Amino acid sequence: MISPGHVAALRFGLGPRPESPPPADATGWLLAQLEAPPDQAMPPQDWEQDPSLADVMALRLLDRRAPRPMGEKSRAGVLYDLERPAYLGRLIATPTPFRERLVAFWTNHLTVSGRDGQTAPFIGDYVRQAIRPHVVAPFAAMLKAAIRHPAMLLYLNQAASIGPDSPAGRQTGRGLNENLGREVLELHTLSPAAGYSQADVTEFARLLTGLGVEPVREPRGTVFFPRNHQPGDKTIMGRAFPPGAASIDAALDWLAGHPATHRHLALKLARHFVADDPPPAVVDRLAGVLHDTGGDLGAVTREVVALPEAWERSLSKLRTPTELGVAALRALGAGPEMAAEALRVGNTLGQPLWAAPAPNGWPDTAAAWIHPEGILARFDQMHAISGQFSRKDAKDALDLALGPLASEATRAAVLRAGSNREALTLLLGSPEFQRR
Amino acid sequence: MTAHLPMIGRRGLLLGLTAGAILGRSRLALGAGPAGDSRLVVVLLRGALDGLAAVQPYGDPALAGLRGPLVLPEPGRDGGVLDLGGFFGLHPRLPRLHAMFAANDLLALHAVCGPTRSRSHFVAQDMMEFGAERRLDSGWLNRALAGLPGHETAATRAGFALGSDLPLIMRGAEPVGMYAPSRPDLPSPDLYARLLEINHADPLTGPAAEEGLRARGFTAGLVPPPEQRGGFVRLASAAGRFLSAAGGPRVAALEISGWDTHAGQQARLRGVLGQLDSGLDALRERLGPAWARTAVLVMTEFGRTARVNGNEGTDHGTGSAAFLLGGAVAGGRVMADWPGLGEGRLYEDRDLAPTLDLRAVAKGLLRDHLGLSPAAVAAAFPGSEEIEAKGGLLRA
Repeated sequence: MISPGHVAALRFGLGPRPESPPPADATGWLLAQLEAPPDQAMPPQDWEQDPSLADVMALRLLDRRAPRPMGEKSRAGVLYDLERPAYLGRLIATPTPFRERLVAFWTNHLTVSGRDGQTAPFIGDYVRQAIRPHVVAPFAAMLKAAIRHPAMLLYLNQAASIGPDSPAGRQTGRGLNENLGREVLELHTLSPAAGYSQADVTEFARLLTGLGVEPVREPRGTVFFPRNHQPGDKTIMGRAFPPGAASIDAALDWLAGHPATHRHLALKLARHFVADDPPPAVVDRLAGVLHDTGGDLGAVTREVVALPEAWERSLSKLRTPTELGVAALRALGAGPEMAAEALRVGNTLGQPLWAAPAPNGWPDTAAAWIHPEGILARFDQMHAISGQFSRKDAKDALDLALGPLASEATRAAVLRAGSNREALTLLLGSPEFQRR
Repeated sequence: MTAHLPMIGRRGLLLGLTAGAILGRSRLALGAGPAGDSRLVVVLLRGALDGLAAVQPYGDPALAGLRGPLVLPEPGRDGGVLDLGGFFGLHPRLPRLHAMFAANDLLALHAVCGPTRSRSHFVAQDMMEFGAERRLDSGWLNRALAGLPGHETAATRAGFALGSDLPLIMRGAEPVGMYAPSRPDLPSPDLYARLLEINHADPLTGPAAEEGLRARGFTAGLVPPPEQRGGFVRLASAAGRFLSAAGGPRVAALEISGWDTHAGQQARLRGVLGQLDSGLDALRERLGPAWARTAVLVMTEFGRTARVNGNEGTDHGTGSAAFLLGGAVAGGRVMADWPGLGEGRLYEDRDLAPTLDLRAVAKGLLRDHLGLSPAAVAAAFPGSEEIEAKGGLLRA
C-alpha cells in the first residue's frame, strides 16, 4: 500500500493541510477522531454562539409579524446565508476531518434541502443537533433526532399531514401527506429492497400523524398534536403499533434495527469509503457489524477503517465538488475566511451546499459528477483558486496534497510549469486531485 | 471592449473618471506633458518567451542549423517574419506590434536577461520581479513607486496591478491598487492543453476533458474559440482605461502566461503571441492621447534553448527578447549587442548569450521616463551599482 498517511488524509479526511500533514499513524489518527471531544462551536458571522433552534423559530416568527421590506432578504434567509460559509469554514480548518466526513455523509443520507425556503434556516441547527452528536452513536438516535427536527418535518411536509379520522381531520376534511413516511422507508431506513408495499407506506404515514411544528406558541418547534393523530393501531410489514405519540419512536427504533436497514446503510458506507461499486463482501461485513451491535455507528465506522479494501484501492473515489473545493483550500493552507471560495466551487460545479434537488441527496458515484463540461468547470474553478495563492510553493503543495499518490506525469507537469500559478492549477486539476 | 473590472483596492481611485474629464485633460496635456505625467506599464511574460522565435535573427547564418523546423521564412515570403530592418524579423503573429515599429513606437531588445542565470522559472521570475540576484522583501516596481516625484503629496495610489493576484513585482510597503476581472480568468489554451495531457490517460477524467474542450469549441490543435482568446486583451484594455485618467494611477503591472513551449512550439506560440499582439494594441487604443507619454516594458524571465528539442519545442535557456513600446519610446529599431549564434557563441553551448541586463533598461525607464532621482533608482535596484541605466530609450 502506498503511504497510509495520504490514504487516511484523502480517503477518510478532507485532504491534508500544511499544519495537519498526512499522519504517521494513519489508523490511530482516524480512530482518535471518533473519540474526540464535542466539536468546538464556530458560529456564523455576526453570531456570538451557534444559533439555537429557539433562535431560528424566533427569527421566523419575527419575519412573519414584521416582514422585511420588499426586495430585502428575510431574517431567516440571512441566517441561511451565514450558516453555509460557517460550516464550510469549519471543513477548511478542521483538525478532525474524518469526523466532518461522517457528519457530511449522514447529513446527505438524511437529506433536507435549502431549496425549500421554509426548511433552509433550520439546516444549520439540523446538522448541529440531529447529525453531529450522533455520528458514532446508535443509528436509531440519529434517525429519531433527524425525523423529529423541524427541518425534516417541514422539508418532507410532515407538518401538514393530518390523520383523516383524527379530530382535526374530521373537522377540516384534511388528510394524510405520505411524503415523510415514504422517504423514511425508502431512503433513510429499509430501502425498497425490503419489499414493503404501498399499504405499509400509508400505515407508517398514519403512524407519524400528530408530529408537527408549532410556529407561534411556546414551546415553539417540534410538537405532537394529539388532535392530528390518526386513531387506531397501525401495521407496518406485519408489525402492529398502538395509537399515540410513543409509537413514533417505537417505529423508528424498530426500523433502525431492521436487517434491511443495516444492509442499506452498509452499502452506502461502503460506496462512500471504498468504491462506487463496492465488493459484496465489504457490504456483508459492515452489515454484520451493524446487526451485531444494534446499529452502532461508532462500531461500523471503526470497521470501515479496518477494511483492507478501503486502503488498497487508493484514489478509487471521485471527490464531489464540495470535497474538491475544500481539499484545494486545505492544500493551500487557506483559513476559514475563504469559505466563500468553497461555496462558489460547489455552486458552479453543481453541488450547492445543503441544497440537493431531491430527498435522496447528492449522488455518491463518479458518473454523476464527471461529464465533459463538468471536468472543464473543475479546471476553471481550480484555476480561480490557484490565482489567489500564486505565491504558495507548488512543489510543497504537491508533496503535501498528493505525495506518493501523484503520477509521474502529474509531478513532471507541476514541476515543469511555466509559472507557480500554472503549477498549482495543474496540481489541483490533476486526475489524482479529483479523487480521494 | 467594455470589460467591467470591479476594484478590490481603494474605491476612490476611480472617482471622477468621466470620459469628458479624461479627454479634456489629456488633450491639454498633449505635447508638453508636465513632468510626472508619464505612464509606465510592465507586462510579465511568465513561462519564458522564446526570443529567437518572437524576434527571429534571420540574418544570422547559424540560425537554420540550430532550429530547423522552428525557423520561419524570411520577410516577404509566405508566412514569413515581419522585417525589423534587415537582420531581425518579428513573428508574423505580431502584426500590430510591427505597425508600432513602423510608427517608431516599438523598440525591440534582444539578447537580454534578468538578474539570475537560473533556468528555474520560479527562481528566475522571482529575481526578475525582485530586481536583484537575491530575495528581497519587495518588488522593484513597488520600490520605484516610493521614489516617484510628488509621491509624498499624491492623493491616489500611483500603481496598480491587474489580475487575480498581486504579482511580486508590485508587492511591498507602497500601497497599490488591485483590479480583478469580474469574469473568472480562465486557464490559457496552453494550460488547458497541459491539463488535458495529465488527464489524458485517466479513464474517467481523460475522455470527459477531451470532449469538454471540443464542446467549448477548441479544435484539435487546441486553438481556442474567439471568445476565449480575450483574457489578456481584457486586462490590457482595462489597464489602458485606468491609465488614461488624469490624476489616476500611472504605473501598472500585468501578466500573461503560456510561453513554456517545450513541445509543438509553433502551434502554441501562435495563440499566445496573437493574444499579446491584440492586448498591447488594445492598451494603446485605450490609452488614447496618453499613449504619447507611455512606455510599456514587456519582458520574460529567461529565453529558451537555441536548438530545437526532440518535440519540436525548446527547453529552458538564458538570453531572450524584450519589447519597449509606447509613444514615449524612441522606437523603430532593434537594440541588441548581438552575440551571434555560431560556433562558440552560445552561452554554455546551448542558449542565446545575454548581453544586456534588463535592470539596465528598467533603470533607464525609472530615471528618464518616470523622473526618479539617482538615489531612488538605486533604491529600486539595490546591489547593482555596476549596472548602468540604459540611455536613449526614449524620444528626446
